[in-house]
Amino acid sequence: MKTDYTNGYPKWDKSMKNTHKILIPNMLPWHFLIIQEVLKMEGYDVEVLTNDSRAVIDEGLKHVHNDTCYPCLCVVGQYIDALKSGKYDPDKTALLITQTGGGCRASNYMPLIRKAVASEFPNVPVLSVNFSGLEKDSSLDMSLPLMLRLVYAIIYGDSIMWCYNQTRPYEAEQGSADVARDVAVRDVVEKFKSGKYKNYKKITKNIIRIFSAVKRTEERKVKVGIVGEIYVKYAHIGNNRLEEFLISENCEPVVPALMDFVLYCIINVVNDRKFYGHNPATAFAYRLVYNLLHGKQKNIIKIFEKDGNFTPIHDFEHLRKCADKVLNQGVKMGEGWLIPAEMAALAETDVPNIVCAQPFGCLPNHIAGKGAIRTLKNLYKDENIVAVDYDPSATKVNQENRIKLMLATARENNGRINN
Amino acid sequence: MIVQDKLSVKPMTRLLGIDVGSTTVKVAVIEGDNVIYNSYVRHFSRVKDTVLSELEQVSTKFGGEYCVSITGSAGLGLSQRSGLNFVQEVQAAFIAIRKFYPDADAAVELGGEDAKIIFITGGTEQRMNGSCAGGTGAFIDQMATLLDITVTEMDEYAMKAEKVYPIASRCGVFAKSDVQPLINQGARKEDIAASIFQAVVDQTVSGLAQGRRIKGKVLFLGGPLYFLKSLRKAFVTTLKLSEENAVFPENAPCFMSIGAAFGSVGVVPLNIKEIITKIGSVRESDDIATCDPLFTSKEEYAEFVKRHRATDLKFADIESYEGDCYLGIDSGSTTTKLMLITPDCRILYSHYQTNNGQPLDVIISRLKEIYKLGKGRLKIRGSAVTGYGEDLIKSAIKADFGIVETVAHFKAATHFNPDVDFIIDIGGQDIKCFKIKNGAIDSIMLNEACSSGCGSFIQTFARAMGMEIDKFAAEGLYAKRPVELGSRCTVFMNSAVKQAQKEGAGVDDISAGLSSSIVKNAIYKVIRAANADELGKNIVVQGGTFLNDAVLRSFEKETGKNVIRPGIAGLMGAFGAALYAMENVNGESTVIGEKELDGFTYTSKSSNCHGCTSNCNINIISFGDGRRYVSGNKCERGAGLKPASPELDIYAYKQTALLQTVKGELHSGKRGTVGLPLQLGMYEQLPLWAGFFETIGFEVVLSDKSSRELYFKGQHTVASDTACYPAKLMHGHIESLLDKNADFIFMPCESYNIDEHCSTNHYNCPVVAYYPELLKANNERLNENNFIMPYIDLNMRKVTVKKLYSVFAKYGVKKSEIAKGLEEGFKRLEEYHCGVRAKAEEILDKAERQGKQTIVLAGRPYHIDNEINHGINKLLTSLGFAVLSEDSVFERGDEVKVNVLNQWTYHARLYRAADFVSKNKNVNLVQLVSFGCGLDAITADEVRSILEKNGKLYTQIKIDEINNLGVVKIRLRSMLAAIEENARKNRG
Repeated sequence: MKTDYTNGYPKWDKSMKNTHKILIPNMLPWHFLIIQEVLKMEGYDVEVLTNDSRAVIDEGLKHVHNDTCYPCLCVVGQYIDALKSGKYDPDKTALLITQTGGGCRASNYMPLIRKAVASEFPNVPVLSVNFSGLEKDSSLDMSLPLMLRLVYAIIYGDSIMWCYNQTRPYEAEQGSADVARDVAVRDVVEKFKSGKYKNYKKITKNIIRIFSAVKRTEERKVKVGIVGEIYVKYAHIGNNRLEEFLISENCEPVVPALMDFVLYCIINVVNDRKFYGHNPATAFAYRLVYNLLHGKQKNIIKIFEKDGNFTPIHDFEHLRKCADKVLNQGVKMGEGWLIPAEMAALAETDVPNIVCAQPFGCLPNHIAGKGAIRTLKNLYKDENIVAVDYDPSATKVNQENRIKLMLATARENNGRINN
Repeated sequence: MIVQDKLSVKPMTRLLGIDVGSTTVKVAVIEGDNVIYNSYVRHFSRVKDTVLSELEQVSTKFGGEYCVSITGSAGLGLSQRSGLNFVQEVQAAFIAIRKFYPDADAAVELGGEDAKIIFITGGTEQRMNGSCAGGTGAFIDQMATLLDITVTEMDEYAMKAEKVYPIASRCGVFAKSDVQPLINQGARKEDIAASIFQAVVDQTVSGLAQGRRIKGKVLFLGGPLYFLKSLRKAFVTTLKLSEENAVFPENAPCFMSIGAAFGSVGVVPLNIKEIITKIGSVRESDDIATCDPLFTSKEEYAEFVKRHRATDLKFADIESYEGDCYLGIDSGSTTTKLMLITPDCRILYSHYQTNNGQPLDVIISRLKEIYKLGKGRLKIRGSAVTGYGEDLIKSAIKADFGIVETVAHFKAATHFNPDVDFIIDIGGQDIKCFKIKNGAIDSIMLNEACSSGCGSFIQTFARAMGMEIDKFAAEGLYAKRPVELGSRCTVFMNSAVKQAQKEGAGVDDISAGLSSSIVKNAIYKVIRAANADELGKNIVVQGGTFLNDAVLRSFEKETGKNVIRPGIAGLMGAFGAALYAMENVNGESTVIGEKELDGFTYTSKSSNCHGCTSNCNINIISFGDGRRYVSGNKCERGAGLKPASPELDIYAYKQTALLQTVKGELHSGKRGTVGLPLQLGMYEQLPLWAGFFETIGFEVVLSDKSSRELYFKGQHTVASDTACYPAKLMHGHIESLLDKNADFIFMPCESYNIDEHCSTNHYNCPVVAYYPELLKANNERLNENNFIMPYIDLNMRKVTVKKLYSVFAKYGVKKSEIAKGLEEGFKRLEEYHCGVRAKAEEILDKAERQGKQTIVLAGRPYHIDNEINHGINKLLTSLGFAVLSEDSVFERGDEVKVNVLNQWTYHARLYRAADFVSKNKNVNLVQLVSFGCGLDAITADEVRSILEKNGKLYTQIKIDEINNLGVVKIRLRSMLAAIEENARKNRG
């Protein structure tokens, strides 16, 4: 694929690696913290942004079209707010964003960010991380070892998130889950530093051990799954701190792994071959990568099962089977079939209560989110889904009230009206 | 009465439920199973105080201990801070329903700003409206304000309705733009009122039920449904409920508080005094965003007022003045403005009045007054009318000119600053902004849904707070901490205000906050400026809303510039019209004289036009002298124009040519019939699939022509209310095909469109690509056998053949036939494209010979559907344009480099069409954008930049279910005026 833009824009020059600080928008704080360290080890001076005040949204509103998706607005807002803070030298700063190249608007974040940033910071290059060969003149060099390290970073981030979410709502001593998480993240980063990061079985066991050491109460709480558009599903700027809200409502948030999205993107290329007869060589290569990653996932699940302290993460093959029950895996734009797949898989693993988070007016979500709810309800009797729109002007009170309705139904289903 | 075990109550433990809604507080006390007390009061945003005073009453009356719960949208915060139990309001309703109506099948509840449905039997489900919140109590209030009547009056009017007009129900803003023209055109209030209630019903049925039918025994809850008989009637009729199945409980307004009370079972009982103390001690938190005060001192304000006084016009005394004068009338959406000026621009007479939906009455009585005061000394030399009501007023008073409002405003602004390069007008219902370049209007921006905060919004708010608008505005001037209230849609602002109130913001802070959000909405949403410098150097602000000093100050603060606000800011349209009349009049004025005016009468009657199959609702106004004025037609007649021939209209050509690709040959139906829904992608690929199916032996059955009725037919299966109108219409097409009993309906899923080799990738948009999935999931009549939706990529011919073979083998179709069928399909598609291109060539030639301007009305293939484009093509031809489409000309344009990822086939066409336009002198482009089209948020900026780089105007028209062309007409006429102005400049 080629990309060409009329307007000139600052390009990423390899030598900038030595001079520029690279800013990364925040989506999953602990995953990204690990990724930040991995990139640092590669010699990049990176920083995951933590600014999250209202100013972030305001800057986004000023620089991005009203009808553009909310995630794009949040990301642009976070960049501009950071650049305006004075903490970074605009002549020596670059911005990093991931790109999937799919048929959804999200593939256009890159050019949109470039346009928005250029109006105030014309010298700041925007760097793409993608595997589709887009933005050849401005993308991060993807060496095989780096890719591998990123994959491991995601795997460990997922395990930490997964254990944390099963610990935090039940911690006997307040703050102990946070401490465990910090220890786990530090340990993982250590492993990368010492080069021993590939021993994922040992590292996973270690993560589990750290979290199982946290004393938990015997309480039974309502489990609530979070699915939806990738950014608002994970990023607290995007979803008004949904996980924290659910915990404060005495629930256990169940947030599916980031690796699922990676596998989803990979398998779509394989599916393109199957459905439409697209390039067989590419599909073959992707299939290999898929098998490799899925193999690791299966082993991790085994470790979780054997340990028994925490519910294991979903098996991606199971997710695919779940998808097939609801809609065709051909729905591959945006988060596509992954959304109903996760909703079904959650229902099958005792988490029928779900928040489907989506940016207001998200196109793929019409079909794969709201459009699929009816089928899911027919499939699973207790499926209890609330679709929540996120948007710069949607108020928290509105969203929380709708989530509370879902929770009331959940509690009712659990046979308890008043908690 | 059946009492379920878990709900049973220990004797003598009284239960207390407090329901705090967006506008009211309801309290219920229950003893045993009996409701022994309930109350219902409006809280005017003083939530805590109202709750406390209601509880005091309970305390005095009963005293004692209670298990207490709070419910309601505004009760959440109160519960969190007081530590009292919270029951979600739908849940509360549910509890009460099971208690009192265990045999109910469903319940519909309308509240102030929420709408809810509870399905009880056949799978319990509770639903609430999402973030698009049309069709609620607040919406009804807004509409009543618009009609300038109380809600109760509206209810009474509606009982006497004779007909129902279609009103967009999706959101209040859309509804307003449907209602306003009806008012202006003189439709009966009775009919409008009934139409509004019908819109509320439609919204509930489509937006909330989403594919699930509301049937069986239905309960109707909430204030509006309790108090408004017409609304009840509309619901019962629409849902086809029998008398015994439509239940309107006596305690409906307090239903939720009763439910909350029952939901308190098991809560630790508290003494009422303790409850009052707990709520009384709730502290207002400070986690709301605030901005800087508008003015920090009285001196600052005085200086500000003095500066703006400088642009006041002088007056002339109408009771002594003798000589020439000019009349300008601006018949706006909610207000009527009238100005009489002397040749040296002194004001003889001016009038600004809410027209109460009767602009004609207002103007006639004012004209009479002018003649009376003038006592024959005045000589009206010229007159002009502008605004929404232009057509009606012009024909009624025989004015010399009718001008488009943008031109009138520009004229007026130039009077105050000849160098003006930016005008922003915020009126009651709309925001208009235009940039001026080289003495002509260069670009026009109007507000649309989702960016709609205007003047009337503040007014509605002031009323909701029980205040007059002036007092409300003045409150904001010295607010210390104006709240930050988002800037998107009024509904969002409503809930932002609700949140701010919950957090304890005062009326002053809210007033100032509203002013600033209106300004921010205008700057960042309507104009979409990245920064204030983009606006211009010489800014004139006008419109009634700017007379509000808080709004004016917010604007100056936000832009960091001092601007001109003429003292007649609210009358600029009328002033501009008067100036226009003065400059352009030739000979005697035709305006109605004093004598004739005395005998002026008119009657208004609603009817149906039988000019074509559309049978539009029309209004006929008959004047005393026998002349008639007809309005309301969807076609060009309704826009007050002469019908134009379709000769220079490629949309008309395409509509016919497309259908002709279904040839219906004799032998074609030997294997059966296939239904093709003519919507979305099928508007492009019909030739292909018609060719394919007719070749392999299936007779092609097309879905019915798109119409409002068709939309309603499928409305109950719409899953996502914020999807675009073409997608939502698809549901009706499917229903119509199901009724036609075709053997199966065919609608392929195509991630990839046909590669036209001029873009990075060639996707379809997600909606076009995967809509069949949504249809299948949400229409229970569809199944594997009668709905065939294979995933195919037409660029991969071999695989497609294989795929289609696997689907149709069961009908005995051979693989070779499939291949042949596809070949024929592609042939027909190519023929169709060739035909369109040839027609374009012909139109371009003819337009050039006839010296006509050409407009490329650029959108998507499905925009040729008249229900989607609302006949904009016809409007254009009747304005004297030749009309082309994006697909008819894009191949004449070069492959364009754009600043975004060019990865959708239809978008690539848009860019190339824009390129073609920018290289041709007498061709301009108007982009049609379906509301909710996320992709066009991206393309619009690019198309604009391609055009503007080449000195062309960019005009965008957003289309949805709204079928009034009023706003569109203003926009197109402004564009026409600008094109003519440019042409005149280039000549001279």
